[in-house]
Amino acid sequence: MAMKTPEINASSNADIAFLLLAFFLATTTMNVDSGLFRRLPPYMENAEAPKVAKRNILQVLVNRNDQLSINGELADVSTVKQRTIEFILNTNNSQDKPSKKIVEIPLIGNAEVSNGIVSLQSDKSTSYAMYIAVQDQLTAAFHEMRNKRSNIQWGKDYDDLTDEQRTAINKVIPMNVSEAEPKNIKK
Amino acid sequence: MANFKKGGKRETPAISTASLPDIVFMLLFFFMAATTMREVSLMVQNSMPEAEQTVKLEKKSLVSNIYVGKPTAQYQASYGTQPRIQLNDHFASLQDINLFVQSEEEARSEEDRNKIINNLKIDKEVKMGIITDIKQELRKANSLRINYGARKKL
Repeated sequence: MAMKTPEINASSNADIAFLLLAFFLATTTMNVDSGLFRRLPPYMENAEAPKVAKRNILQVLVNRNDQLSINGELADVSTVKQRTIEFILNTNNSQDKPSKKIVEIPLIGNAEVSNGIVSLQSDKSTSYAMYIAVQDQLTAAFHEMRNKRSNIQWGKDYDDLTDEQRTAINKVIPMNVSEAEPKNIKK
Repeated sequence: MANFKKGGKRETPAISTASLPDIVFMLLFFFMAATTMREVSLMVQNSMPEAEQTVKLEKKSLVSNIYVGKPTAQYQASYGTQPRIQLNDHFASLQDINLFVQSEEEARSEEDRNKIINNLKIDKEVKMGIITDIKQELRKANSLRINYGARKKL
């Protein structure tokens, strides 16, 4: 006659599960990578820099002492955003700010697109922290302009747009940031 | 008036804890699924700068990490204190980036290959010289999507 096996006490089950839970709680890192996304220009050998009219360039230099200059004048990092917006939009069509061209863009139609390019140049000894601070300001500037534009166009924030609308806005306000080859900037 | 009968001393029944393991297991599975163990051990110092406009990298499978920074204390004796590049689990030189990009591309499916994002995890004290060199190598390797690693400024 087979004996009935006694029931196994399962009250320690919870303890085991708790132990495992505590382990995973401790080892979990749920930080998602974040940062500033950029697309590099394709590599070309002996590429010559395209000629661009002076009025279409906003020159941002960062030297080895992490000092910043905009068009040759010393400036603070926090002003980069405002200067970029003023430069790109050129609201009163001044002669020393970028020219504009009319481009036909799907969803929007004919729109004025600025020819302005921000030229960012850093020294070999510029610190990465400073570089990111400048990049951050530039991103903020373009994001703000796009946001404004999308509010005029659709009454919505840029982040709430559909993908097609976002592409259209990106064409109206393209993020033209050019990074020259690094040089040893004097001073 | 309604008359409620009050039974003398009634003991509250003990709450059954039989479902406790189930709840705990549920939590356990959640954390097991959400956990990503650090896949490489860092050999360089890596405190990233802060920025306000950061975006999250949604697809982990498309991210390939490049670390740059000073070697940590235990490696400083053999590798010095100059910023070094770390790919996977070892120090690398600039020339290795091309090969690294290729192997990262081979590890992914055909349609994902041109969607790879090179996540540059760079210590904030590193100078731009080495970073520009890395960017130049990535351009040569034709892997053009990059992400400047930065933490969100709160």
